[in-house]
Formats: sequence, C-alpha cells, structure tokens
Amino acid sequence: MWPAEFDYARPSSVAEALQLLADNEDAKLLAGGHSLLPAMKLRLNEAPLLIDISRIEGLGSISNNGSLTIGALCTHADIAASADVQASCNALATATGMVGDQQVRNWGTLGGNVAHADPASDPPTVLVAFNANINIEGASGSRSVAASDFFMDLFTVDLEPGEIITSIEIPAHAHDGSAYVKMPHPASRYAVVGICVVLQRDGGRCSGAHVAVGGATVRAMRSPGAEAALRGSALDDAALDAAAAALKEDIANDLIGDMSFPEAYRQEMAGVYLKRAVRAAGG
Amino acid sequence: MKISVNVNGCTRESDVEARTLLVNYLRDELGLTGTKIGCDTSQCGACTVHMDGKALKSCTCLAVQADGCDVTTIEGLAQNGDLHPMQQSFWDNHGLQCGFCTPGMIMATTALLTDNPNPDEDEIRHGLEGNLCRCTGYHNIVKAVAAVAQAGGD
Amino acid sequence: MAVVGKAVKRKEDPRLITGEARYLEDINLPGMTHIAILRSPHAHANIVSINTEAAAAVPGVVGVYTGQDFMDVNPLPCPWPAGGPDHPNNINTPRALEVEKVTHIGAGVAVVVAEDRATAQDAVELIDVEWDVLPAVTDAEEATFDGAPQLHENAPNNVCMEWDCGDQESADAALTSSDVVVRQRLRNQRLIPNPMETRGCIAQHEPVNGEYTIWMTSQAPHVHRLLFTAFIFEVPENKVRVISPQIGGGFGAKIFMYPEYVLTTALSKTVGRPVKWVETRSENYIATTHGRDHVTDVEVGANRDGSITALKVKTYANLGGILSTVAPGIPTTLYGRMLSGAYRFPNIYCHVTGVYTNTGMVDAYRGAGRPEATYVVERAVDLVASELGMDPVDVRRKNFVPGDAFPFEPSNNLLNGLSYDSGDYDKALDMALDMTGYEDFRAEQAAARAEGRYLGIGFSTYIEICGIAPSAWMFGEGWGAGLWESANVRMHITGDVVVTTGSQSHGQGHETSVAQLVADELGVSMDQVHVQHSDTLGTPFGYGTYGSRSTAVGGVAVWRSLQRIKEKAKAIAAHEFEAAVEDVEYVVNEEGVGSVQVKGSPDQSKVVGEFMGIATSAAGGWSLPGDMEPFLDETSYYDPPDCTYPFGTHICIVEVDAETGGVDIKRYIAVDDVGKVINPMIVDGQVHGGIAQGVAQALWEGAQYDENGQLVSGSLMDYAIPRADLLPSFELGRTETPTPNNPLGVKGAGETGTIAATPAVVNAVVDALSHLDVRHIDMPLTPSRVWETIKSHSNGGNS
Repeated sequence: MWPAEFDYARPSSVAEALQLLADNEDAKLLAGGHSLLPAMKLRLNEAPLLIDISRIEGLGSISNNGSLTIGALCTHADIAASADVQASCNALATATGMVGDQQVRNWGTLGGNVAHADPASDPPTVLVAFNANINIEGASGSRSVAASDFFMDLFTVDLEPGEIITSIEIPAHAHDGSAYVKMPHPASRYAVVGICVVLQRDGGRCSGAHVAVGGATVRAMRSPGAEAALRGSALDDAALDAAAAALKEDIANDLIGDMSFPEAYRQEMAGVYLKRAVRAAGG
Repeated sequence: MKISVNVNGCTRESDVEARTLLVNYLRDELGLTGTKIGCDTSQCGACTVHMDGKALKSCTCLAVQADGCDVTTIEGLAQNGDLHPMQQSFWDNHGLQCGFCTPGMIMATTALLTDNPNPDEDEIRHGLEGNLCRCTGYHNIVKAVAAVAQAGGD
Repeated sequence: MAVVGKAVKRKEDPRLITGEARYLEDINLPGMTHIAILRSPHAHANIVSINTEAAAAVPGVVGVYTGQDFMDVNPLPCPWPAGGPDHPNNINTPRALEVEKVTHIGAGVAVVVAEDRATAQDAVELIDVEWDVLPAVTDAEEATFDGAPQLHENAPNNVCMEWDCGDQESADAALTSSDVVVRQRLRNQRLIPNPMETRGCIAQHEPVNGEYTIWMTSQAPHVHRLLFTAFIFEVPENKVRVISPQIGGGFGAKIFMYPEYVLTTALSKTVGRPVKWVETRSENYIATTHGRDHVTDVEVGANRDGSITALKVKTYANLGGILSTVAPGIPTTLYGRMLSGAYRFPNIYCHVTGVYTNTGMVDAYRGAGRPEATYVVERAVDLVASELGMDPVDVRRKNFVPGDAFPFEPSNNLLNGLSYDSGDYDKALDMALDMTGYEDFRAEQAAARAEGRYLGIGFSTYIEICGIAPSAWMFGEGWGAGLWESANVRMHITGDVVVTTGSQSHGQGHETSVAQLVADELGVSMDQVHVQHSDTLGTPFGYGTYGSRSTAVGGVAVWRSLQRIKEKAKAIAAHEFEAAVEDVEYVVNEEGVGSVQVKGSPDQSKVVGEFMGIATSAAGGWSLPGDMEPFLDETSYYDPPDCTYPFGTHICIVEVDAETGGVDIKRYIAVDDVGKVINPMIVDGQVHGGIAQGVAQALWEGAQYDENGQLVSGSLMDYAIPRADLLPSFELGRTETPTPNNPLGVKGAGETGTIAATPAVVNAVVDALSHLDVRHIDMPLTPSRVWETIKSHSNGGNS
C-alpha cells in the first residue's frame, strides 16, 4: 500500500514549521505518523505536503515545575515510563501504556494523538479528567485550550490549520489516587469504554472527584453527575451505584457504538468501569 | 529525496520518493525481504524492525523519517553466522510454522526482553500484543521467549 | 536411532528465522510489471460503463483493461458440484474480471498494469465506473424468500443446490416417539481465514513456446495447473508450470483458483512482460474466500436415560455471491456426512440448501464443513443433557460408539459406504477428565457461584474425517478429479535421498516429518534427506495439502516408494553377495544406519546410504542383476481405501464476568488421538494453532455485513483474530489409536483443534450461565451478547 504522492519537509524549528504551514494550504504535520500514515496508505487521507516536525528540538521533554509539561513529541512509551508522570499523574502513565502496542507506543506521540482525537484512544480521557491544557502555537502567537474544550467531536479538535500543538500541560492537582481503566476492543485494542477517575480524600470520605469517559462517547468528556455523586460520599456501593447512574445519564446523548459493541452496551459498561476505576484509584 | 540510513551496521545512501514507506525501502530498494508486510493498518507486526534500538512497525514510517537513523532488520540479527538466542529459541521451541510472522515476532520479542529482561507469562503475552500469528496459537512463541529470558537473554 | 515419534527440530526453520526464505512478494523478475485491480464497491450492481482514459494517461501505466479484454478466457471452473455429477447445481463462477454484473463487494472489474505498484494504485483510482446499483441480500435464509433480490438468472430464489443425506422418514418417526425433543437454531457465523501472508501471483509468458511460469500462493500447485490448463486457458499441461514459493499459511483459502490468478496470467501474455499481483490485507478481506456461514435448525430426540434417538438437521449454507472452486462440496459431503460425530445416533437426517447472497465467496476454511458439523453435534448433545438434567459427560458416554464396534458405519448410510476406522473415545475422555480434575471443578464452580462468580466447563468429544480421499468415493460425491497422492524417492550416487511429493507444505513441516519417515525406513541421517515440493516441474502430480491428508495419504505414497527402494536394494545386494534375494534382509541398526545383509552372515553386509554403498552400486550401474534398471528411483501413487477418523476430547474452563459479559479462558485441555505420531512437536503445534482458531470463532471472530452488503468487519482493526494475551497456554494430552487403513497408522492432525475447540468454548460459557437457565448463545460470544443474555435471564438466576 502506497500513500498518494506528497512533498516532504523537515523543519528544525516551530517557527519554520509554522511558516511552512502558512505557505502550503492543506499541508499536514507528521510527528510519529502512527495515526496519519495508515490513513494515507488506505487513501482515506492525503496531503500535498507533509511537514515532519519530529526532529524539532525542545518538544520532546517532560518537565515538572508544579504543573507537569509534556512536550508534544513525547512518545507514549516515554510518558508511560516517566517517573514524573507516574508520580503526579499516574493514570496518564497507565493510559499511554495502553495505547496500541509496544511498537506504536515507541513512536506515536502524545501531540499527534490528541490532534487526531480518536474518540476511542486512551490519553484524551485522562487529559480531560486532569484538566490538562493543550498549548498551541500559531502565526498569531500562542494559546492554551482546556482539554475538555479542545476535544470537540469525533476526530474534531479546536486546532486551526496553521497551528501546532507544542505541549500538553497538566496543572498541579493534589489528589489521593487516580486510575484509568478500559475495556479494549479485541481487534483494534482501542477503548470500547475508558474511564479515568481522580480522587481526593478527606479521611473516609471523598472530598473531590474528577470523572472522564472516552471510547463510549464521541469525545472524551467529564461527567459532572458522577463527580457530584462521589463527592462527599464514603465511596461505598450506594455512592458508586449513584455515580454510575449519573454517568450513564450524562453521556446518553453522546454515545457511539458498532455491531459488536452497541451504544446501549457501552453506556452500561461506562457505569461498570467507573466503579472499577474508583476502586483502582484506591476508593 | 536523498537519505542515508545505517542498516544492519552498513550505511546506505539512497534517493527515494517521499511516500516510500520504510518497509518498502528495506525490501525493494535494499533487497532485505526478510521484513514482511502482513496488513495495511499497522496491526500485524510482521514488518517490525528496530530503529535506534526501539521496535518499530516499518509499514508505519516513511523512509525519509529513517534518514540518519540506525535500523536493524531480521537479516542483521545473527552475528558472524551465529543465530541470535531468540532465533535459536524459536527454532528449539517450534515457535514458528509458516514463518511469515516470524521475523517480526523475533524483532519484537528481542525488544521486549530489552525492556523487561524477566517477564512472566502474562507479560510476554501482553508484550506480543503488536504481533499477530495465525499458526501457533502463540503457545510455543511464549515458550521460546520465556526460554531466552530464563537463559539470561543475550 | 529411530527418529519417528521424536520431537525433531524442523529442517525448514533456519531459512525462516533468518529472513532468508522467499515468499511470493519477495520474488522480483527483470522487466516485471505490477497491477492494481479496481474492485466493486457495491454488493450487487450492473456495470453500465467503464471509462479508463484518465488511468491510461498516467505516466508509468502500461495498460488498462476491463473484462471485455478477457472474453477468450473461460470462466473459472467449479469442479465439485454437490451430490455427484447428475445432481442439479445452479453453477455461477467468476471470470478474470466481471463483465456485466457484480454480486459481492470486491469483485474485480478493471485492472491497471504499471511499471511499479504505487503508479498502478494511483491510476486505478482514476477509473470511472457507472454502476446500476441493485438491492442486496446477505442472509442465506432470507435470500431464498420470495421477493428477495435475485443474483443469478439460473438460480431461482438464489438456490444453488439442495442436498440431503440420512433418512428423513426414520428421523421423523424417531423424533415423534422420543421422550424429549430439543429444538434449537444455531448460527455458525462467517469467518475470514486471514493467513498472515495474503495471496499473490507472478506470471511470466514465453511467446516463443507459449509457456507460462506462474508463481502463486498455492496449497495445491498441481490442481492449480490442472485448472489453468484443462479448464481456463485450454492449453496442454506442459505449457504451464506452477510454483508455490514459501507460503505464509493457507488454512484452506489458498487451495482455490481465483480470478486474480487468471487475470495475472492472462496479462503476462497480453503485455509481454512478467506481471506481479500481491493482495493487500484490505483486498484479502473482500476477495479471498471466507468460511462457515450456516444457519441451522437442529432437532434432537432422546430418551430419559440419555440415549439419543434421532438427529435432524436443516441448514442454509451461504455460498456467497458467486461460487469458489469447491464451494458446494464443503457444506454437503464434508458436513452432513459427519453429523453422527462420536456417537451411535440410530436415526439421522440432514438437508442442506446452498444459497447465493451478496457476500464474499465462501469455501473451505480450516476444518471445512467438519467444524460446522461438530458444532451442531456437540451443542445438540449438551442441549439434551440440559433438557434431561444430566451431566454432559454421562450423555456423551451413553451415546459413544463403543470401542469394540469398529469399523463402525453410522446409521442411515450417512457416510455413503465408508466407516470409522478405529477409536477409543472413552479413553480420550477419561484422560482429559483426569487432567482437568472434573469432580474438583464442579465443587469449585458451586463455590464460585455462591460468590456470584460464573465458572463454566465445556466438552467437545469430537471426531473428524481426515485424510480426505478415496478417489472413487469422492467422485461419487461430485468431486471431479481424484484424491490420491504421489511421491518419488531417489537415492543419489552419494547416498543422499531426494523425495519429491505432490503435497504442499505451508507451515506443516513436511520437510521434517517426511524426512523422519525416510530416515528411519532407509537408515539414513535426517541431513541426508531432502524433501522437495511445490513446483509442478519436478514433482509428481498430487492434489495438494488440505483436509489433514498430507501424511495419511501423501506420507503413505512416500512409504510405498521406500518399500520398493528397499526391495531393489536387497536385489542388488543379493547379486553382489551372490546370494538368493530371499536370504538378504534390509536392516537398520541401533545407530540408524541401514544396510542390506545376508541373513546370518554379518560380514556379507553393505551400507545403503553412503558413498560406495548400495545406492552407489545402483547409481553407478556397474554390476546389476539381469535386466535390472540402474538407480534407486521409485514413484508411488497411493489411493487409500477409506478416510481416517481422528478423535479426542477437548475441555474448556471459562469464567464469565457477570458485570460485563466478558469471557476469560481459564484453562484449555485437549486430548487428541491422531493415530500414530511421526513428530509430536509438530502435531502439538498443529493442535495449538487449531485451538486458537476454534476458540476465536467461539469468542471473537465473525464477518459482519450491513444491509447493503458492505463488509463492516473489513480489516484487522475490526475483525478480531486472536492475540497472545487473549489465550492461555494449552494443556495437551494424547492417546494413540493407529488406523488400520494405512501402513503408517497415521490419521491426520491439521484440523483437530479447529474442529474440536469451538463447541467446547460455547458449551463452557453456556454451562457457566446454566444456573440462569441459559441454554444457548450464538457465536461469537462477544461481551455484549453474553451480557444481554445474562440480563435477560437474570430473574431465572434469582429464583
């Protein structure tokens, strides 16, 4: 399988990449290429120019200055293995460790992953749960978008044609446990449903909870209902039942499904996996 | 586009179309046909090679992206005529039948043991998730990898 | 040292583990062109017009062709109409490219020949086809209803053929007088074989002598040549040479003639250059044959003591939009005739309707008809057990063919004159139960249920029909050729042995197991034996590798040649030692060295397989008796008297996640009896792979079409072939009951796993949910389907 013909450029700076984007309508960015190239091989996607940003310096590191900043070119394997990530955002280490397979994690990047915005991919769910910000550079300067606003719809994100994602920032968020759990599709390994839970505890009670869902829904999204049901509870079975019910209610209008995993099933499983995520997060 | 890739320890200079996939470059340009193509959606892993020491599905990488990189293929694994322990173990444990997935399996599992030298059965099975085999039911592949790990890898 | 029965490492592996083996895609010829095929995006449509101008104008394009350009090439043959030569079959087969109409997505309608593959792919996108899209039907039963879309003029209600076996009257009568009758509809869903290597073909035509050389992904190169020459191109057999290079798995899908092979070959003549076609995985899903796809209504009668009185089966077999090579034979002969399973069912009847639908071609996939039959039988036995409240093990034992009943002929002439060769079904079951710890399991299951955990155990005490042969019998079943096998054995002047065989090894390790046979029989080392196959130039005719027949039929041909070699060696030795032939014996000593010697006279002895041994005498021809021809070179053709009938017990233990419906295989125990075993390592490997495929049908795999005939599960992203972490390690055991039907005692091992495993898994899941009064769930047992079942039965569980 060969992609349709294209030109190739390999800029060495963000500024150079932005200029190439400005000068070439319909040009696409290539980082790890693990979402783009398969689509181009199947000729489901094409571009006159691929701008290979994979060697731009400074976009591939992880730093922790209170908030965790992950360069857009960090691979899933880098992130899964990062002690910083494991310490401050363990669910993200888990989720990036579940993307595709070892070969894909070695080369696929977080920036590419969020730009692609496959609703069944794992990292976006965690980024939404942790209130991450997507840092973007464009011709008119830089901006930062909250993950929950960035993921707009199926494969649709708040990113203009001339813009580049440079990093993903996860603000400091004191919590007592986080987890990402998923039901993988047996063929693709994408999430049939993926749930991220971030818990704050005050003694035996839950003082705060973030709950995000992906896989079952058109985009990674928070569940205010589930969060409210958990907050203030002892995370007992009754609270979990209430949270699961609220989650199912929250996502009712945003479900996706297919012949093997219909919408109604995914909706139910979101509730089941919410409970499992809470338990995995130490609740 | 002119590229220079160190393949199996030898620097190769080539002029390729931008759309040439690394796997096509290795197979068609360099004649290294041990690397296989089993699918077109990056699922099967038959095309697995090592790039800069890490396992990669070479069907999901452009040749131009490998410019300046070190690539190892199945042909580069045996040293001085001695099979790599993983190759030997696949042979000893009947870890292959038709052999088509085997080069990719061997490249993926050598990388797996680099990352985790002492995997248990679950970790081996999980580590094989990027590679499909239709013949063996994986039983003897798992055995082959475990045997190498037990013997202390390479 | 004898090597037969030992786990000898494979001779073929060094080239495979180093990447040196040459598969089809690895072969390139000077001046070679590449093709890309434009395939129908519609499941059912008339072709109004095809405009190829834009594609032809692309630089690097050699030519663009449509079906009109190949009207001088015959349509593909269907040499196995169901039910024999006089039985009505409404046959429709593909052409190299379809001309007027397509009946499934993926049918080829135009082709680009170009200097390279990328250009061919670029140009094929520019071909413009005007379609008249027609309504589609994908379900076999619905396709027979009045008012359903009609695919072919010669097939009213889309029926290709009706076929039956057994005795309807006696089955009906027995059902009426049985204590209980259980009825169940069973869907055996469509599977997509997915060998890791897709198909491909390279053809080269030499105008000067009109000869074609065709490299192709073939499990049966001689059959392909026969079809090319006698049926499609109508040229003498010597004008076509078919070569199967290293083949990356087949599972049946590489047996058949396909339009692309014909197209590539025809094009090599048209363009006057070698032509290469390599199937993409996406194409493989829509252009290579699928397997199974039955809808079956089963009625099974039993008495209170567990004895089964009758089995009545009505099946709609989906044959796809157009017939593949042996499509009608699979759901008839290879299915209906096996419906007695391991049991003495006194009354059996099976009726099959073969139906065209707007789906991909359906043909043999590993097991081919026999997994479908085993699924029906093993589910039916469990349904009886459940109805009677009996242990499924007890119902099985109650109905087993007893060990002293062999040869056993199933009731109602079900096997059309053949009979089961040998068996000890209780022994395999006992061993499997021991390995499992059955009593302990039932206690564990009860304890788990008390905690709300659903454990289940499933049995499959299967038999299979292997070594598919007797030519005369198969001819009576409609197969239009023979099914014998051949082998030539030559001993060279150096003492090395070359075996050429008409079988085709694509992962089964024939080069090793045949060498083991030869080494022991002749007394030569494994290294001295060279097994050659897969090139019609230089191997004797053979029907190919499928149906677990290569050792049981082809291996016996080798064995026969070896006996003749030995006889000739003895005659030469007798001449050299001036002894009577009757006084000379062929001896293989404990070191495995074969010699001929005068009985009782050890100094009158000569090694056979070494330089200046008997082989050298024969090859040199210096001193041979009388009119004996030089050289040890013997060819045999072997046509067995009957098939072989392996059997065994597979046991699967599962845990069903009550909250998600997910099924986890906790243990898988398999005891197989495949007769005598030449290489236990290879046999175990065959069983492992077969189990994986059988389990996968039960739990994950299944082709899905939408109402327009689009294949929704058209890639490895959607169609779940098993990965390592979905499977456990398997626990294997073996009993060994030789077949009396051949001198090696071998039965065949290539399909046991696939035939046995599927019902074992389904029975286990149903058992896990039996306390909820669940009797059946259709495959694949996806989490959502299992979860729905649990939900709809949850009241039963609380009662």
